[in-house]
Amino acid sequence: MTGSECQMDPGFQLFPEQASSFAPGVDALYGFLLGVAGFFTILIFLAIVFLALYYRRSAVRDRKRGSGAKLWVLEAIWIIVPLALTMVMFLWGTAAYIEQRVLPADAIELTVVGKQWMWKIQHPQGRSEINELHVPVGQPVVLRMISEDVIHSFYVPAFRVKMDVLPQRYTSLWFQATQPGVYHLFCAEYCGTEHADMSGRVIVMQPSAYAEWLAGGREQPPVTTGEKLFAQLRCDTCHYQGGQPRCPSLANLYGQPVRLADGTIVTVDEAYLRESILNPAAKVVAGYQTIMPTFEGQLSEEQIFHLIEYIESLSVMPADTGQPTPVESPARGFPASSRAVTPRSSEGSGQIPRRTSE
Amino acid sequence: MTVQGFAHRNYLNADYRFRSWLWTTDHKRIAILYMISITMFFFVGGAAAVLFRLELMTPRGDLTIAETYNRLFTLHGVIMVFFFLIPSIPAVLGNFLLPMMIGARDLAFPRLNLASWYIFMLGGVMAVGAIIAGGADTGWTFYTPYSSTYTNTNVILMALGVFVAGFSSILTGLNFIVTIHTMRAPGLTWFRLPLFVWAHYATSLIMVLGTPVIAITLLLVVLERGLGIPIFDPKMGGDPLLFQHLFWFYSHPAVYIMILPSMGVISEIVACFARNRVFGYKFIAFSSLAIAVIGFLVWGHHMFVSGQSVYAGMVFSFMSMLVAVPSAIKVFNWTATLHKGAVSLETPMLYALGFIGLFTLGGLTGLFLATLAIDVHVHDTYFVVAHFHYIMVGGAVMGYLGGIHFWWPKMTGRMYPEWWGRLSAGIIFIGFNLTFFPQFVLGYLGMPRRVHEYVEEFQVLNVMSSAGASILGVGYLIPLAYLIWSLRYGPLASANPWGATGLEWQTESPPTTFNFDKTPVVREEAYHYDTGLTEASHSHVL
Amino acid sequence: MEITAAPMPDTRHVAHHFDDAEQQFVAAELGMWVFLATEVLFFGGVFCGYAIYRFKYAAEFIAGSHRLDVWLGTVNTAVLLTSSLTMALAVHAAQTSRRGALVRNLLLTLLLGAAFLGVKGYEYHHKFEERLVPGRNFRFVAHSAHVPESLQPAKEEKVDPRQVELFFSLYFAMTGLHALHMIIGIGVLAVLIVAAGRGAFSGGYFTPIEMTGLYWHFVDIVWVFLFPLLYLIR
Repeated sequence: MTGSECQMDPGFQLFPEQASSFAPGVDALYGFLLGVAGFFTILIFLAIVFLALYYRRSAVRDRKRGSGAKLWVLEAIWIIVPLALTMVMFLWGTAAYIEQRVLPADAIELTVVGKQWMWKIQHPQGRSEINELHVPVGQPVVLRMISEDVIHSFYVPAFRVKMDVLPQRYTSLWFQATQPGVYHLFCAEYCGTEHADMSGRVIVMQPSAYAEWLAGGREQPPVTTGEKLFAQLRCDTCHYQGGQPRCPSLANLYGQPVRLADGTIVTVDEAYLRESILNPAAKVVAGYQTIMPTFEGQLSEEQIFHLIEYIESLSVMPADTGQPTPVESPARGFPASSRAVTPRSSEGSGQIPRRTSE
Repeated sequence: MTVQGFAHRNYLNADYRFRSWLWTTDHKRIAILYMISITMFFFVGGAAAVLFRLELMTPRGDLTIAETYNRLFTLHGVIMVFFFLIPSIPAVLGNFLLPMMIGARDLAFPRLNLASWYIFMLGGVMAVGAIIAGGADTGWTFYTPYSSTYTNTNVILMALGVFVAGFSSILTGLNFIVTIHTMRAPGLTWFRLPLFVWAHYATSLIMVLGTPVIAITLLLVVLERGLGIPIFDPKMGGDPLLFQHLFWFYSHPAVYIMILPSMGVISEIVACFARNRVFGYKFIAFSSLAIAVIGFLVWGHHMFVSGQSVYAGMVFSFMSMLVAVPSAIKVFNWTATLHKGAVSLETPMLYALGFIGLFTLGGLTGLFLATLAIDVHVHDTYFVVAHFHYIMVGGAVMGYLGGIHFWWPKMTGRMYPEWWGRLSAGIIFIGFNLTFFPQFVLGYLGMPRRVHEYVEEFQVLNVMSSAGASILGVGYLIPLAYLIWSLRYGPLASANPWGATGLEWQTESPPTTFNFDKTPVVREEAYHYDTGLTEASHSHVL
Repeated sequence: MEITAAPMPDTRHVAHHFDDAEQQFVAAELGMWVFLATEVLFFGGVFCGYAIYRFKYAAEFIAGSHRLDVWLGTVNTAVLLTSSLTMALAVHAAQTSRRGALVRNLLLTLLLGAAFLGVKGYEYHHKFEERLVPGRNFRFVAHSAHVPESLQPAKEEKVDPRQVELFFSLYFAMTGLHALHMIIGIGVLAVLIVAAGRGAFSGGYFTPIEMTGLYWHFVDIVWVFLFPLLYLIR
């Protein structure tokens, strides 16, 4: 059964479907908390009803009060028991949370742009979609997200995942779907007039159906779009392969540490590349001048994603030469071979090059 | 029915001129001014709730369009939080009772007290003006950059209204702190204070230290929006998360501004109607302070999915868990107070016991939100909406209504009709649970908050919630009717109709302008209820 | 000194709800301190924003700071510190029931405060002319002609003007709030001068003078923090 043919069941529910690898864990924790909450709510409720009726004013009861020696014992119990229970909740909840926040290395990477009021999703092979997300079952998927305007929040209840999508800053989340089907996608952070309509569907498919679906698109892969954009914006005037001491080579740059003019070392990741495109002066690699113009205001977030994917694709050389050396000067910024790496555009191959070291 | 007048000269019949109310510096009259004002705000905010609960009966937006809906929930949030809940118990019951409970003739700064009412009204007029001029649609949280750059509604006036009202809160807190420190009657040591006073002391600390932060934050939003001075604008390198940090630094403790005074009220009522000394007095007193202090260190739990770091999330999750301990202490001690008491279930006690149950559930669901992995799923869903309504409505409003009934004879000199009181307490309890319990389920199912349209499978629970809201609405109208009725036709109240301890019951009902003819001297601890069977008050006033 | 012999409390000023003048004074003093705690948190919000942005955009903040006139800032710091001295002298004069010295010192404090605001106004005007007021007309040009060559850092062309604008946003927000507090203080001083001239205060009753003094010193201290944070960063 292919996911896209499933329909969402509009029936009455008390509990959401479990459709990701996180869902059972979160639900188990939820069950524990429900148990604790239920136990104490019923305990307090019964205690109040019993005491209020048993010690009603008209009843003749022994009302002689104790010496107060028991007070400390009781107080100690009802300090220690809640404290112990909350610490279990804290540790359990934190462990499950960290699992959600550490991104897997071998995931399908999709980019998501949120804007008032739609979700735009781009697959590395080229297909892009609006308010729909097709993913294969059983494979980890990482979403790299940014907003064009206000804060949004990407929320798939059946997966138990949610992450705010911020303007001018990348956030990411990951999940691994476990059940083919169609699930809700919501914007959880209030984002303006049509906030309620900023929703869609997540379609979880068998890998074969997913591959078929991917092949059905006619759009170019983002790497190709990025490569064209790279040329169109004349980035290749300076950042071309082979020479030009004025600027660092982009080959094998992604994922590597670079040393900045002030001595700090930063890793070239999406956030760094984005900042360097929009505000080249912010973090200049040591040994270079700030001569690159800013592209602030000239690129949409999607185009920036395309450029970054292209730059990532330039890092296909296996970095097996031991520890990566920070790029420090023009002379060392280039690969050893006289002929620089040809950027491998993924045209036709449908495969985005994975980074080999992290 | 014959209408009887008061035999003695008191704060109500001291002067009948309108001017004597508008220029009064009597804390009791100012409390009445506040009570009338916040009651109006409550019904304005409630009307908005009625409209959007009607809208949410169906999955499609067929009663209101999105623009209207967004303005309605913003109006509801701003009015209820800043113009009803925050001033509710402190400004009405606190103002009225605090000086009497400590044996003082007034608050330390009576003119400042009046000024804070005028400031509050100015803020209220600005907020209502913003609503009349078209409203704002940011939600009561005013998140940037939506509020500062994107929306084209009346954010400036609305935010300034909240800004101005904040100063009223600060001045009230300041007045309470100084009064409690400097004006206690002879013999009234800190550990003889009623727990109501302790709760207000803790609340005042939050008001004084938290409110200025939201004031400056909203002012910066106004500057950014009004004058184009970038502060939070991400396009200029500003950080919208900075806004959230500053906002929640106040707005989370603000929840404790709402609930702590209510806890103080509950301590008084439970002790009185159980005829028993409050179990673990010092634990309850210090747990109020603990909540106030820890409350300042938990704000980041509103931001677990905002992009803040994992480490920050862990710290805030841990601190939030700690708040459960002082909250649990209170609940267990109140319950233990019933043990070996002589319990009677008049209206105030029904509200108090209802409070304990609802607060327990509200507090425990707070733990779900403090647990990181669960919060990721339920953050910004109806689960959160249900949780904070259990605290703010099930907790703060139940406490307020319980307190109003408990001290109504003292404030007005009249008894309310007991049967109607019990009936409406029951209706409110049932209506409340029917309204908000389904919302926990909706939240875990994944229904986001602040939506005027939703997917069809959420409809059944939403209809239940709306049905509950209509019951709740009726429940709130009944006390409004019979309390107004009782002002003229209620039987005259004695000085101490409940047989309660506490200095406020040693004065006449209603009290004279200066509360006490002679400064009382306190020789006993609070809540010295003996066998629990005597109706007579114990004179510890010399 | 005659202050050692404490003058009899002036009971005319004891409000009906206080037992005695001492209780009233203690209440007023505690109230003022609580109010100042509120003020600390109020300014704390902007200081927190400043700290975060300063850490994030160090170069831009330094570049922005270079556009401020350190000399005028220094002069203003001196003016304000002197006004705190005259304020303290005024409180002492009130305690020792010297009406002439009281009025004179209050007046000096007021004039120094006004001088501070005058200098501040001149600085604002200057920033306006240089188009350094945030908003639509903001324009930050590296190596401005208004700044002497010796003060111009070499790396200024690298800074992002948008974050320099953030610096100026905070500059105007912080100094503006401070100036607002000064204006309120000057208003209160004016009222006190009139009252003091009529002989309202004496060694038995000087609470308003003392409380205004506390307020004035607080506003002064805020400036002592603002000055290095805004003018002296390198």
